[in-house]
Amino acid sequence: MITVQQPGLLTTVQDLGRPGYQQYGVVVGGALDALAARTANLLVGNEENAAVLEMAQTGPALCFSQSTLVAWCGADFDAQINGEPCPRDRPVRVAAGDVLRFGLARRGLRAWLAIAGGIDVPLVMGSRSTYRRAGLGGLAGRALQGTDQLSCGDASEWSQQILEKLLANGQRATAWSVRPDTIGRPARVGVVRAMRGPEWEWFTEPAQQAFFQATWVATKEADRMGVRLKGPGLALAQPREMISSAVNAGVVQIPPAGQPIVLLPSRQSVGGYPRLAAVAAVDLRHFTQLRLGDSIRFEEISVVGAQDLILTQARDLTRVRLGLSRLLA
Amino acid sequence: MQITPLGDQALLVELGQTIDESTHRKVQSAWRSLAAEPLPGVTELVPAYTTVTAYYDPVQAVQAGAPAGQIVDWLSDRLRERLKNPPKTAKTKGRMVEIPVCYEGEFAPDLGVVAKQAKLTPAEVIKLHTKTEYLVYLVGFAPGFPYLGGLPKILATPRHAKPRMVVPAGSVGIGGQQTGIYPCATPGGWNLIGRTPLALFRPALHPPTLLSAGDRVKFRAITREEFLRQEAGA
Repeated sequence: MITVQQPGLLTTVQDLGRPGYQQYGVVVGGALDALAARTANLLVGNEENAAVLEMAQTGPALCFSQSTLVAWCGADFDAQINGEPCPRDRPVRVAAGDVLRFGLARRGLRAWLAIAGGIDVPLVMGSRSTYRRAGLGGLAGRALQGTDQLSCGDASEWSQQILEKLLANGQRATAWSVRPDTIGRPARVGVVRAMRGPEWEWFTEPAQQAFFQATWVATKEADRMGVRLKGPGLALAQPREMISSAVNAGVVQIPPAGQPIVLLPSRQSVGGYPRLAAVAAVDLRHFTQLRLGDSIRFEEISVVGAQDLILTQARDLTRVRLGLSRLLA
Repeated sequence: MQITPLGDQALLVELGQTIDESTHRKVQSAWRSLAAEPLPGVTELVPAYTTVTAYYDPVQAVQAGAPAGQIVDWLSDRLRERLKNPPKTAKTKGRMVEIPVCYEGEFAPDLGVVAKQAKLTPAEVIKLHTKTEYLVYLVGFAPGFPYLGGLPKILATPRHAKPRMVVPAGSVGIGGQQTGIYPCATPGGWNLIGRTPLALFRPALHPPTLLSAGDRVKFRAITREEFLRQEAGA
């Protein structure tokens, strides 16, 4: 059992999302950075789709009633176990009575904490992800609160052996780590790769050029659905109302005011604003770390190029999975 | 029919250019054909007014035989092939659903905007809006949100340049030539002309929405008192 001593600013239970219900308008959602959540799960011996805790800006304080393995990935949070630093990107041993406390994110915005066995909440429409707008999934469809108790599934054999090794060596954490941002071919800092969207041709040439040349600044209008950016106004070649059609995470919508909205996994299923561009799936994670005033640039990539990045990331992740399984061989 | 990539994990299958019942029928039929048997790598199909979007996993597509550099072409060919030779599927008949709406006061902050651009009085807008029979073209945007077709042309009003950060649950809105109902509080750019006390999203039931694509809808004007009574009873 895990007792929530402090909930953090916005901590939710998330897995890899709730696909299959978009025809009812139910968002896919899930961990905003799927790669970070999957890596954290692999590091504690979980299935990659196990439920983790997603935190934003200020993390939770959690008291563990029994020893287990945890791992967190994502932004640079000030994380401590009983006042000692709790390192990122590796399996960490917690003992009964330990308090794992996440303070402020020093850089970036969000992190994902996996616990051996995965957070045990009911499956709703095939997923454990919290969908706050509809009050579904996770813990009663809401963010963590101060008095919550969390339970976890059974830890895997791998997890138990790593835990025993750490204990035998008197170590808190492993010396080795797996950093999600070394998996696949990450973008350069401050740059995300993006493809032209279905309505690319609707925009003026200066707008098309500005999109890939300008530096865009994150505004305060940012949540799990999307991030609104500020920069040069992007105009349509002629006024045109779009017929609502499906969108996806990463789609860059341009409302009439001309400022882009980059959609994140808790986006709506259908949208009515022209889709100027779409961020490469592997680079979308950068938008989950943007803070007010952070800047970012778009660099053009082809669909084939973006899919090559997806395939490369998948191959690298397979290598990580294999490497971890061989640790105990 | 045109197939266009929407980013690196979805394809738009375009079956028409306008919102009309004939395109709607094509979309519904294409959707049923594609959904009848799974296509390699396709994870989800979402119908809209003129499109069916096929979401896919490029890794699964490659595992199913797609050449790594030609996933889009490979999948497009399979989508076209399926639509050319559709499997037999059962037809489902839509229902008629009446939706009570209060068009008064704070429930209708944009009724004046719609009336002004239509050069009608608010009472005439309400009369026109309730007289019409609408078709549920799709459910999307938010859980249970029906996109309704059939809005009298004169009532069409452009979306707000900047969407509201919060639109209250039950709000009935007009966005361009579309009208619909917001089932839960969400950001949105449509002109709000009324509010219903009915719950449009019912997650414990299957299907989890009051309305499904293909249903017919009529609005009935109710007083503020009736709204409050129904809301309390709901």
